[in-house]
Amino acid sequence: MRVGVVTFPGSLDDRDAQRAVRLAGGEPVALWHGDEDLRRVDAVVLPGGFSYGDYLRCGAIARFAPVMRTVIERAAQGLPVLGICNGFQILCESHLLPGALTRNAHLHFRNRDQRLRVENVSTAWTSGLQRDAEIVVPVKNGEGCFVAAPDVLDRLEGEGRVVVRYADGNPNGSVRDIAGICNANGNVVGLMPHPEHAVETLTGPSTDGLGFFTSLLTATVS
Amino acid sequence: MIDSVQHAEATPDHPQPYSELGLKSEEYHRIRDILGRRPTSSELAMYSVMWSEHCSYKSSKVHLRQFGDLPHSEALLVGIGENAGVVDIGEGYAVTFKIESHNHPSYVEPYQGAATGVGGIVRDILTMGARPVAVMDPLRFGRADAPDTQRVLPAVVAGIGGYGNCLGLPNIGGEVVFDDGYLGNPLVNALCVGVMRHEDIRLAKASGAGNQVILFGARTGGDGIGGVSVLASETFAADGPAKRPSVQVGDPFTEKVLIECCLEIFAEDLVVGIQDLGGAGLSCATTELSSAGSGGMHVVLDRVPLRDETLAPEEILMSESQERMCAVVRPSDVDRFMAVCAKWEVTATVIGDVNESGRLTIDWRDERIVAVPPRTVAHDGPVYERPMARPLDLDDLHADDPGRLPRPSTPEELRALLLRMVASPNLCDKTWVTEQYDRYVQGNTVLAQPEDAGVVRVDESTGLGVALATDGNGRYSRLDPYAGAQLALAEAYRNVATTGAWPLAVTDCLNFGSPEDPEVMWQFAEAVRGLADGCRVLGLPVTGGNVSFYNQTADTAINPTPIIGVLGVITDVARRTPMAFGGRPDEVLLILGETGQDFGGSEWAWSEHHHLGGRPPPVDLDRERALADVMVGAAEEQLLSAAHDLSDGGLAQALVECCLRGDVGANVHVTDDPFVALFAESAGRVLVGVPAQRVTRFTELCAEHGVPAAELGTVTPGRPELTVVGQFAVPLAELRAAYSATLPALFGPKPEKR
Repeated sequence: MRVGVVTFPGSLDDRDAQRAVRLAGGEPVALWHGDEDLRRVDAVVLPGGFSYGDYLRCGAIARFAPVMRTVIERAAQGLPVLGICNGFQILCESHLLPGALTRNAHLHFRNRDQRLRVENVSTAWTSGLQRDAEIVVPVKNGEGCFVAAPDVLDRLEGEGRVVVRYADGNPNGSVRDIAGICNANGNVVGLMPHPEHAVETLTGPSTDGLGFFTSLLTATVS
Repeated sequence: MIDSVQHAEATPDHPQPYSELGLKSEEYHRIRDILGRRPTSSELAMYSVMWSEHCSYKSSKVHLRQFGDLPHSEALLVGIGENAGVVDIGEGYAVTFKIESHNHPSYVEPYQGAATGVGGIVRDILTMGARPVAVMDPLRFGRADAPDTQRVLPAVVAGIGGYGNCLGLPNIGGEVVFDDGYLGNPLVNALCVGVMRHEDIRLAKASGAGNQVILFGARTGGDGIGGVSVLASETFAADGPAKRPSVQVGDPFTEKVLIECCLEIFAEDLVVGIQDLGGAGLSCATTELSSAGSGGMHVVLDRVPLRDETLAPEEILMSESQERMCAVVRPSDVDRFMAVCAKWEVTATVIGDVNESGRLTIDWRDERIVAVPPRTVAHDGPVYERPMARPLDLDDLHADDPGRLPRPSTPEELRALLLRMVASPNLCDKTWVTEQYDRYVQGNTVLAQPEDAGVVRVDESTGLGVALATDGNGRYSRLDPYAGAQLALAEAYRNVATTGAWPLAVTDCLNFGSPEDPEVMWQFAEAVRGLADGCRVLGLPVTGGNVSFYNQTADTAINPTPIIGVLGVITDVARRTPMAFGGRPDEVLLILGETGQDFGGSEWAWSEHHHLGGRPPPVDLDRERALADVMVGAAEEQLLSAAHDLSDGGLAQALVECCLRGDVGANVHVTDDPFVALFAESAGRVLVGVPAQRVTRFTELCAEHGVPAAELGTVTPGRPELTVVGQFAVPLAELRAAYSATLPALFGPKPEKR
């Protein structure tokens, strides 16, 4: 299974995401921001980082990259897309996901091992996880505070589209402890935590992040 | 009116502001002698900035030569003199690492000063041909509750994070130390490490007549003009003018793109030589490149892309705009070079070419404004043998032994002392700082702060990795700079070995007061001598580093603060030893080394009594070496489940840190005087956790190397408290509350739970 990982100028966790795909058993494919061609991939990861230096607003410039034209088009047709951190911000700016990510409530960048509760296991990226399971995955962001209008939040909750929630402390002030959401079809998922940093016991706080990548591979094979 | 060479020849008596530019009268006259005429204003700018203390090392050079005299190391591929030293770590890999200071800019404008400190050291590493893989930041601030520390510390931390995080470099360690003397003189040192294959090493030289000189990266602006000479070579005086316009402003996004662009250029082998633009900007890059290569270069300064079209040529030559590099490229490779830059949207401009004239010539508006022998600018600056004098108060300091200080005498007092000590600003939890840094990016961080050393995996298939630690203790160095430098070296060396890595090489950042003060110069000379002698005993080369003078306010200098970085290699990072207790339920705790009545310069004497006196702990480098043999050997045999070096705060601090890190209790026995056992700072000691069935083999290994090992007790899974038998017990929750509360209380609250 071919999983594309997009590199924008300023992407940082692109190689980490490729490693996670590889460890999950997939074939990572490097995609370039300036190229509309998705190179026959079966899914796309928009990795963490500071695309275009986060100038203007996080993700606001990357959203106009040629590659995003195809990603937006294919996402509407069901292509699995995972946005991590800056990728989540790009998905919100692209209107593939609702809401926005704003400056952390405490105004500092924060990197910590974060406990999360899994609430939706029917998305392309979480189907292999256990509902209500608590997992530990690093967060690291300066602008990870999720906000949305109350009616949008109620709809997300009502449709079960809150995928993961912060447990045991909210690291950035996100409304309703929301750490990740999905679109109505469940093929597009945005996560503020970094599952690609929890794929090996040697380098991560756990291997809980691997499940997001194996979910995709298992679901697509079966 | 352009001050051209022709004009300078015609107006020999034209007065020049050399002293405002930091040059002494005799230095100015030497420039006139070298050129056989007065310098043009552009030449004067170049000489003044390149001959400043910061760039020329004019006060330190005569002492630093001792590092060059150290015995040859097999591991050293590139030594002192290049942008950074390069060390062979095996399997065809080479590692380059270096530490630098950005102290003065970080006082004037803490966020930008700290940020561009990271940016500068990262470009030094990149310039060697390496991919930067990690950074570390040893920091020193004034008293934690001082108003100016409230201004400086949060902004320095945010600047390091803001820049380093955006580059995608994990921050794997460093230090945060508070002491009154750093108020007004914070120390912001930055270390970077990079990895490359042996064949990818690049050097800063312009060779091959006809090759093109390409400036690429950010455009040149008015920021940082004279920053190096003005900021680093003058002491802050209370009534001095505002220095703010001299601080450079960084753009980490541009640097991140520049890193990827350079690595692609290196991979295609498109450069003959390369140099980053840091302190002294184009003046430094053009003179250093040409003096290391064919000897000549011609530059058309009008071609330099500018952010501000009103800049004068002198300003363009001195500008310290960040995120710029200068490459020497064969004519046949220029198109390809430009194509890579275009891919990354990096501005690149041919500004000149290499020749064999022996001169650096620079034109502006069709007039020759510079014609100099480049070596005279880059390397033949003045060298001073500054007068030295042993500080007059040193005997009094030595006589003021901490033995006179009142000590706790009851278990209750000891318990209360432990809680106060772990909450003191120097010993408390530094998470408030370190969680503002990304430690995960690149996915190869095996250990990061608060571990003894940062450990980074270099090769995923073999597990080969490197370990890095930085240490320094200004109080020890104040009492005895020779011993202080060796203690810093010993601690960084021990920290690396404690994780299971074998120490290979040293970098140093020597932070001192004014070299024009003979007592400071004596401290500097003693510290360098101590470090050189120490490296000789440990068999380590000094691969490069940095000297920062003038860290003083009016007549008061900082405590001499040599910060020593040690790099080690570990053949398989899976065998590293972490610091957390409780990895094994049957863990037995032992202490290695010997404990004496060592309280001179100790954290206890300082934080409890504001006392600095006596002698620092004795250092025995042969024993440090034996201890390293044990720690590395034990890691290779997988005998250890935990290990932590004993340093500031002694055994008590190490026990608390290991228990809290592993969230497990411990039961320990201390013999004789429990206060001495818990709080003395004797060097050469490590606390280890050993699975029960490995204790025999481990103590054998210690005996083979003549390292004393004594059993202290065990971990106590299921009983979360630290018990010192016969003295006191403290629940981990109480320890954690005391240990963790200090910095958030001083610098800002944690977000409340929702």
